[in-house]
Amino acid sequence: MTKGEIVAGCLAPHPPHLVYAENPPQNEPTAEGGWEQLRWGYERLRESLADVDYDVIVVLSPHWQTYIGTHFLGLPHFKNLSVDPVFPNLFRYNYDLDIDVDLSKQIHDKAEQAGLAVKMMTNPDFRVDYGTITTGHMFNPKWDKPMVVVSSNRSTAYYSVDVMQEMMIELGKVTRQAIEESGKKAVVLASNSLSHRHFTTESEVPEDMSKEHITSHAMHLWDMRIIDYMRSGQCQRILDEMPEFTEQAIAESDGGAFSWLLSALEVPDYPAILHGYGTIIGTGNAIVEWPVYKHKEANQ
Amino acid sequence: MSSGELIDSFVVPVHPHTVLAPEKNEGWGKLRQAYDDAAKRIQDSGADLLIIYSTTWPSIIGHQIQADPNPQWVMVDNDFHDLGSIEYSFNIDSEFAHAWNAANKARGLQSRTISYHGFPIDVGSVVALTLLNPGNKIPAVIVSSNVYSNRSETTVLAKACLDVIKNTGRKAVAVTAMSLSNRMFTEDIDPKDDKIHSLKDDEWNRKILEFLSEGRLEDVSQLSRTIHRQIRVQKVVTFKPMWWLSAMNENRNNLTGEVLAYEAIHGAGGAVVHLNPTPSGVGDKEYDEDNVEVFGGERGVLDTAEEVDTPVEKSSSGPKLWEPTDAEGSVNTDAAPKPVGAYPHARRVGDMLYLSGVGPRQPGTNSIPGGPIHDENGKPCDYDIKAQTQAVIDNISRILEEAGSSLDKVLDVTSFLVDMDRDFQGYNEVWAETLGKVGPTRTTLAIRALPTPIAVEMKVIAQI
Repeated sequence: MTKGEIVAGCLAPHPPHLVYAENPPQNEPTAEGGWEQLRWGYERLRESLADVDYDVIVVLSPHWQTYIGTHFLGLPHFKNLSVDPVFPNLFRYNYDLDIDVDLSKQIHDKAEQAGLAVKMMTNPDFRVDYGTITTGHMFNPKWDKPMVVVSSNRSTAYYSVDVMQEMMIELGKVTRQAIEESGKKAVVLASNSLSHRHFTTESEVPEDMSKEHITSHAMHLWDMRIIDYMRSGQCQRILDEMPEFTEQAIAESDGGAFSWLLSALEVPDYPAILHGYGTIIGTGNAIVEWPVYKHKEANQ
Repeated sequence: MSSGELIDSFVVPVHPHTVLAPEKNEGWGKLRQAYDDAAKRIQDSGADLLIIYSTTWPSIIGHQIQADPNPQWVMVDNDFHDLGSIEYSFNIDSEFAHAWNAANKARGLQSRTISYHGFPIDVGSVVALTLLNPGNKIPAVIVSSNVYSNRSETTVLAKACLDVIKNTGRKAVAVTAMSLSNRMFTEDIDPKDDKIHSLKDDEWNRKILEFLSEGRLEDVSQLSRTIHRQIRVQKVVTFKPMWWLSAMNENRNNLTGEVLAYEAIHGAGGAVVHLNPTPSGVGDKEYDEDNVEVFGGERGVLDTAEEVDTPVEKSSSGPKLWEPTDAEGSVNTDAAPKPVGAYPHARRVGDMLYLSGVGPRQPGTNSIPGGPIHDENGKPCDYDIKAQTQAVIDNISRILEEAGSSLDKVLDVTSFLVDMDRDFQGYNEVWAETLGKVGPTRTTLAIRALPTPIAVEMKVIAQI
């Protein structure tokens, strides 16, 4: 069997505002647009990977929050209505997605062997979290690729960012190993924002872009610092500074997805492509691609 | 119309084990029995409203209130999905939800109602309503727990709820769906091995329950921040439900408390506690925190400085404010706006109560719900007469309560409108829903102006 590989890794944030602004037929609420910089960023990401061959999307979303280890969707198909409990006025999306259960189980088993607490989720009534659905839609609106959906183990709640990161680095390693052993080509997605301090009010027209900006200068500085590291291939520095970033920028990296992604990509030392940056209700969001396939080609 | 009241309170655990697997662990079974006992007590109490404050429904944009009259779906827990699914179909008091939402806004809170097909009602609310309200005999309302709210905001949320309970004559039961210590085991365990995660957590839980069994709810509320640091992991929502529950019980320390059960659920502390407002004889409160009536906190960060200063919630300009005067029979309260001259809020003569003219200004902030009628330069503003009228009646209610009276004892009202043509209809609609149901005599006059930029004022005579 051919060795599998990760062909690309992406930071692919999930604010439901992006789906809302786009007015896809699956989403009930309708908007007059908004957050174009980020939506165009997703367009560029999709175009960038349009000619890249891959079999499966592996996503870790901070909004499937589990406190008893890491869980994996374990049934071949999920179809339901996803309503965002925080922004139900914006996101009521009818989803229909396929799961690569074999690969899910392979990652699960390897993680278990590595000493991580894991569980397969096989309850057919389970509703997939809106973070996964939003990232899934923005990355692949055709929904024509099977997915592996990984929960966010909230170990930062019990221990520290350092401990969380150790666990996520391990999970990233076994994710990569399982993909390689599966013989499949995969894109891995970390579905998280950067700085994550929200506004606590919503404008009368949610997509009123005259109201949109970062919540504070400090948050902006942190976001730019992390983006600089990504663009200059200094991902080890991101991991090194993750505890400070997570605490001071109230970053959504507390959910582990960012550390997991960098680990799965073997902590890239080559530049990432920034497809877009923008704020959503004050939080900082970057759409970033690590074109692993190009990097490998260049090194051959 | 009779004045409503909070007739009971309960603390209940959130995890689905009590619904889906009570037989798998003796402690889970005891919690289920306690839940069933609590349900019977609620049924027997004559309650006509259940109010759930759930820690497993976090919100960001202020507080959210469930207003779908009949939400139905299947709930599966994020962690405990292997225990099974809970089908739900609840009876929500939509009218109360909307009234609470309006009361929140009148007190300066960011708030909205939720009514969407398929909205995912959180596990804590599903478990609490499933077990406390079998057959949906009692209408319910659910409110979220805001991740950023502090004690002031949470207290005002409760006071707004009490406003509506009193004004609508409801017999309400308040429920906090919450864990005590919330530290769970981070791996699967055999149900028979379940226990509180650590001795320290257990000791804190028992101290909390000792206080609650003595009815010392406000003491627990004041210890909330400490409790959170000691036995709570940093999940989305902190140990703030006790702030809400204590404010719902007027921050008292002499309730009658009873712990019906205390057991572990996957390491977390689960308890069913009954708190009744009957004074227990234990020492009353030492309430030393701001008894805030209106929230004027950091909401509004979305707006620019100029736009925060919009007419909608702008503080009024106008004459200086006075401390209410004090003479024989005077009735004054911090819960009503300060006078614009040397006079009391009300004066008692025998069993009669004569109120000074009451406007819509808010105590504390002096802001005008619905906005002022003109800005500081005299430029007319587009104000909301209904919001102003409701705020007037709320202020009247607070003054009456201070005097030991209530809205249902109002005998005669003289109303003053600065723009009869524009405002009479809106004013009249709010009247019909409030004092109109009480039935006092009423005279409505058009006048040129009032001392502050408000559109309506009422002069009230009531019985005590």
